Amino acid sequence: MTAEGRSTVAGATTDGGQPLISVRDLQRVYTMPRTSLRRPPTRVTALRGVSFDVRKGQRFGIVGESGSGKSTLLRLLCALDQPTAGSIRFAGLQITGRKERELRFLRKELQIVFQDPMGSLNPRMRVRDIICEPLVAQRQPDRQERLDELLAVVGLPSDAAARFPHQFSGGQRQRIAIARALAPRPSVLVADEPVSALDVSVQAQILNLLADLVERFGITLVFVSHDLSVVRHVCDTVAVLHEGQIVETGPTERIHTAPQHPYTRRLIAAVPTLERALAGIGAAELAHDVSSAEEP
Amino acid sequence: MSSAAGNAVLTVAGLSVGVRDLRLVTDVSFSLGPGERVGLIGESGSGKSLTALSLMGLLPEGLRAAGSVRMAAVDHDLVDASERDMTRVRGDRMAMVFQEPMTALNPLMRVGDQVAEVMLLHDTQPDRRSARAAVTELFQRVHLPDPERMPGSYPHQLSGGQRQRIMLAIALANNPSVLICDEPTTALDVTVQALMLEEILAGVEREGSALLFITHDLPVVAMVCQRVLVMYGGRLVESGPVREVFTSPRHPYTAGLLASSRFEESDTAGRLPTISGSVPAAGHFPAGCPFRDRCPAATEECAEWPGWTGGAAHGFACWHPVGRTGQ
Repeated sequence: MTAEGRSTVAGATTDGGQPLISVRDLQRVYTMPRTSLRRPPTRVTALRGVSFDVRKGQRFGIVGESGSGKSTLLRLLCALDQPTAGSIRFAGLQITGRKERELRFLRKELQIVFQDPMGSLNPRMRVRDIICEPLVAQRQPDRQERLDELLAVVGLPSDAAARFPHQFSGGQRQRIAIARALAPRPSVLVADEPVSALDVSVQAQILNLLADLVERFGITLVFVSHDLSVVRHVCDTVAVLHEGQIVETGPTERIHTAPQHPYTRRLIAAVPTLERALAGIGAAELAHDVSSAEEP
Repeated sequence: MSSAAGNAVLTVAGLSVGVRDLRLVTDVSFSLGPGERVGLIGESGSGKSLTALSLMGLLPEGLRAAGSVRMAAVDHDLVDASERDMTRVRGDRMAMVFQEPMTALNPLMRVGDQVAEVMLLHDTQPDRRSARAAVTELFQRVHLPDPERMPGSYPHQLSGGQRQRIMLAIALANNPSVLICDEPTTALDVTVQALMLEEILAGVEREGSALLFITHDLPVVAMVCQRVLVMYGGRLVESGPVREVFTSPRHPYTAGLLASSRFEESDTAGRLPTISGSVPAAGHFPAGCPFRDRCPAATEECAEWPGWTGGAAHGFACWHPVGRTGQ
């Protein structure tokens, strides 16, 4: 399957063929600024040998806490950074080590929704220009028509086009970011903690929207989050990242009901749920579960 | 609305906050008993943080509070109190932990000095030397690693969880009778959050402080608090014991919040229940019941504020309450 030959058939099935994204033994070492002339600079290994496959149509979750390397992994997946070692293949094409002008196909096929919509939307641009910017970059005609379509798809009123990002609430801004990401009809949508800055009620709205869109347009979703309960709702497969390594990967339900790795158990134990709280599990038990699951 | 009106440590009556022609918080009344743990929940823009800031006398320039906020053992009203009177209460009788520890801590001051400062200002420690000893002890209590050397660190050298523990140490330094926590764990990882929540609970228990815990995370409230106040559009819309409110909510807003918090539950298409629409900007809430433009049960009656129904234990403000059996 080539990048250009992808059709937008809804409900694309997960065929057993070649994976859409294939990550092999990925490593990334950062060199920190020198603090002394006599000593070599400190090196931080953010990723130590990460390998996984994402098939077409899959909803793939990456879960990890701060410092787990999930942001590094995301930057590498989007070819915004180069790995120290290892490779990433997108639809069979190597994307590591390519120059920016050789990455045009990826820029069209893979789009990102960031965590903080206020930081990722230009405050001086009108919504119309924000959403159409990827189309301008791709030199696509008929932008007005696509704009109306996109606004409807993400559930924004058509008069939103002439307004600025600050005139919208957090949830609406995230809808704008999603519309922009969908504009060039990508085959892969990468969502980096798209709901963690939002209120619970709005979180549910955005998660539903993402699930609808992914299904409707047959998009492959890579969803990065620190919250396993959110990932559980959106993804069918999940990989748990801890200290730069994938410690566990598998179907979401299996990871949730029968976690194998102690770190995964610890993550699940740490999530407060209404059911457990109303069953009388207090913060002390929660903290105890977290610290006792730490020992393997 | 109060459960312990007799010996309450904090009594808020008819509290309103607003600018000249715009009300942001309207007629909020509640009280905290000694050692009681109360949650204040609602979406962003419901007025939770403004309520907390007005209790502390920390409202931004241009905002004014009206009504009454009384504390046990403080002989003046905290609303309209002079800055001089407020500085004596703040950090001593009443303390607050903020959401973002990086902006709440002074980046140019060693954390030990920041904790010592609050004890020296309120004369709970006579001199620097004894304050320093008290800091080490406080750091041990909130389980900060290396309590001997930690006071010499600057905030940027610490992790988010450690900074939040420093904030807690500052807040607990003078045994406050009321501790206000404004989204103290929202910026933290889930595993760090679990440990931090335990720390807060242990802290208020040790000092016998009442806790007002502000969050939009319902499971956290259920885990930490005994009673809960639900706020929307600057008004209290429901209050009662956590278990009762969360198992049989009466206000449609509470029911909506609860439904969208249960990530385990979804319809046949795998979609989560949501509250339709979004929180309007300040000043754009409808008159009468502020929730009526998003409420599934709204009728013409709702154009008028429904008033408070129910007693001290569990009450709500709604014309069309949700049935006893929940949804």
